[in-house]
Amino acid sequence: MSTYLSEETQVTDAAVSTRLSSLDTLESEAIHIIREVVAEFEKPALLFSGGKDSVVMLHLATKAFWPGKVPFPVLHVDTGHNFPEVIEFRDRTVERLGLKLVVGSVQEFIDRGELAERADGTRNPLQTVPLLDAIQQNKFDAVFGGGRRDEDKARAKERILSLRDEFGQWDPRNQRPELWNLYNGRHTVGQHVRAFPISNWTELDIWRYIERENIELPGLYYAHEREVFARDGMWRAVGEVSQPRPDEEVITKTVRYRTVGDMSCTGAVESNAFTVSDVVVEVAASTLTERGATRADDRISEAAMEDRKKDGYF
Amino acid sequence: MTTETVVSGAAGGLEAALPTTLFRFATAGSVDDGKSTLVGRLLHDSKAILADQLDAVARTSADRGFGGEKGGIDLALLTDGLRAEREQGITIDVAYRYFATDRRSFILADCPGHVQYTKNTVTGASTADAVVVLIDARKGVLEQTRRHLSVLQLLRVAHVIVAVNKIDLVDFSESVFRGIEADVQQVGRELGLGSDGISDLLVVPVSALDGDNVVERSERTPWYTGPALLEVLETLPAADELESHLESFRFPVQLVIRPQGALAPDAVAAGLDVEAYRDYRAYAGQITEGSVKVGDQVSVLTPGQDPRTTTVVGIDFAGASLEEAAAPQSVAIRLADEFDVARGDTIAAAGTVREASADLYAALCWLSPKPLREGQKVLVKHGTRTVQAMVRSVSGKLDLSTFKLEGASNLELNDIGHAQLRLAAPLPLENYLHHRRTGAFLVIDPLDGNTLAAGLVKDHPGDHEDERYSI
Repeated sequence: MSTYLSEETQVTDAAVSTRLSSLDTLESEAIHIIREVVAEFEKPALLFSGGKDSVVMLHLATKAFWPGKVPFPVLHVDTGHNFPEVIEFRDRTVERLGLKLVVGSVQEFIDRGELAERADGTRNPLQTVPLLDAIQQNKFDAVFGGGRRDEDKARAKERILSLRDEFGQWDPRNQRPELWNLYNGRHTVGQHVRAFPISNWTELDIWRYIERENIELPGLYYAHEREVFARDGMWRAVGEVSQPRPDEEVITKTVRYRTVGDMSCTGAVESNAFTVSDVVVEVAASTLTERGATRADDRISEAAMEDRKKDGYF
Repeated sequence: MTTETVVSGAAGGLEAALPTTLFRFATAGSVDDGKSTLVGRLLHDSKAILADQLDAVARTSADRGFGGEKGGIDLALLTDGLRAEREQGITIDVAYRYFATDRRSFILADCPGHVQYTKNTVTGASTADAVVVLIDARKGVLEQTRRHLSVLQLLRVAHVIVAVNKIDLVDFSESVFRGIEADVQQVGRELGLGSDGISDLLVVPVSALDGDNVVERSERTPWYTGPALLEVLETLPAADELESHLESFRFPVQLVIRPQGALAPDAVAAGLDVEAYRDYRAYAGQITEGSVKVGDQVSVLTPGQDPRTTTVVGIDFAGASLEEAAAPQSVAIRLADEFDVARGDTIAAAGTVREASADLYAALCWLSPKPLREGQKVLVKHGTRTVQAMVRSVSGKLDLSTFKLEGASNLELNDIGHAQLRLAAPLPLENYLHHRRTGAFLVIDPLDGNTLAAGLVKDHPGDHEDERYSI
């Protein structure tokens, strides 16, 4: 939010004589959903990774409850392989908004022997167990996520309020019909609901909104120089958990990230988009989907996301 | 394989293209009418399909020998969703797709026609500005077409577009098309669809497989002078354009914003006057109908109480004070009098709401495998309020192919019937015919919380019942 006005009345152009823009319509829809969940659930939480979709979600929550505080904690499932600058951004954002942060740690589960490292080193699929554990421990009955239906074909069938059973499982064949703007969040003990208020946004909507609202993101979403090596057709950053093999040449390139996940499976794209408006133009002209371009975990099979979601993934 | 690079409206044309507006539509069709191909064609030709998605579909098409030795892409694969759907070759559930042109951003609810078609069509149509119904040109109007059109009329969809598909397989015959068009218009007249002053009914000849009249007008149908399907979707007025200026202000209160000193730290850091907000109290919600201005007289409707009238003194949105706001904006409203207003109450333009009622007469679209019985206890969610209710009687169910009401004492999955419910608290109910938001409600199972039915409020018997609504 760029300005806060107190006493003066500001007449905005939005509304009434002309139709709302698609961004304003999507924003109003998302805020309506966020408020419904807060009103109808005992203990909601918002999944916050520092990724662009979760940053937009948090921004929408600040607008929904202004001038009050965001009335729920944020939850981060830390794979232990996150980009350090994203963790720094996460902590700074939580501090700025006066929020409580709950962290579920993949590393702790591995250290306790409750999760095993995968052969491919990818930790994204390992997030499900700590996520469900954090939901249970904290008795969260609704969890906001930044999932969008345009991301993946399994997500295209996801409801805005999606019921999960005692095991956190998604049952795509047995979903409640979602009618008008009347959301049914009723659930029984042990069940919880995942809420996806930005279901109807596309990647381009997200970037246009970030531009319009002047929302800060971790720097790695914008073009920067980085030491990278090529693997699986993607540029991978050199880092503690992401080391090149002897046959993989390390070079310095100007890159940016389209998605920010685990360092071990998120690739960078070559880009000269140094500002948010550069990114809007780049995304609008892109010929690859964001997951196809940058996520090794979604390349495993045609149904990679569907399988993870059924097990209780985001 | 070659791929085209730029999404239409991108890069060069970007500045001129903004801001676009949103248009929601749904597709409905019978088995094998080529709906998946049509949706794939719309997405492909409007450049919403990106290279990696197209590569995946091209590989699968080749594996399955689509198009014989010539090769080619099975566009229907673009809408394939879940593993079970690919394995069984069916579509299970409504899927949402997104694409944009220079004029509009589209949200497409792709509703399968195989199983539970009423449930899927009702779901897709409930939020749609328009619905595209597919007909196979070789088969013409089928019973399922009549059922689809009947559901769309009941749900008051503003624009119904019938796409007569596979026109290439009848040699682009004008007489075949005109025959189907006449049948469609005849069904429309029987239903009141397209001639009721609320909806319109358009018929377009298309070949989803070859792209005729989907995005571009086809030279192979010279006798058809109307617009291509996408042109229709780009230019039809959205439902809120048609409605908002006609309707009176309605605002179900979602929650009360009352920070009592617990102000957002970022707002305070940005210079918010803490003292001025110490007693801040505003009612948060989304405007469902009409518009509101600062200074307007409004009534607060609380179940069991007489309407209380007061004045709007502020319309806030995240730090901005608005002079006016309209559906579907989410805002927070401040009132002159310190009433006790809570979630579930409705703020409405003063003098425009009839008395709240505990007797609910409704059409119910039954969406659950558990049948509805007389005497059953259910929950009714209307606006932001959920109340207990008892089913007093079922007065009949609709034969969707003849549009006649038949006697019935229970409703089963996919049935649409009429029922009377008694509510534990009176609600500000309005006829769905004129109020697509405040006339809608959910019927919920109190045992497991599942949604049982989509409900449409009807007038009380004895009130002036609109002929068009009695089906």
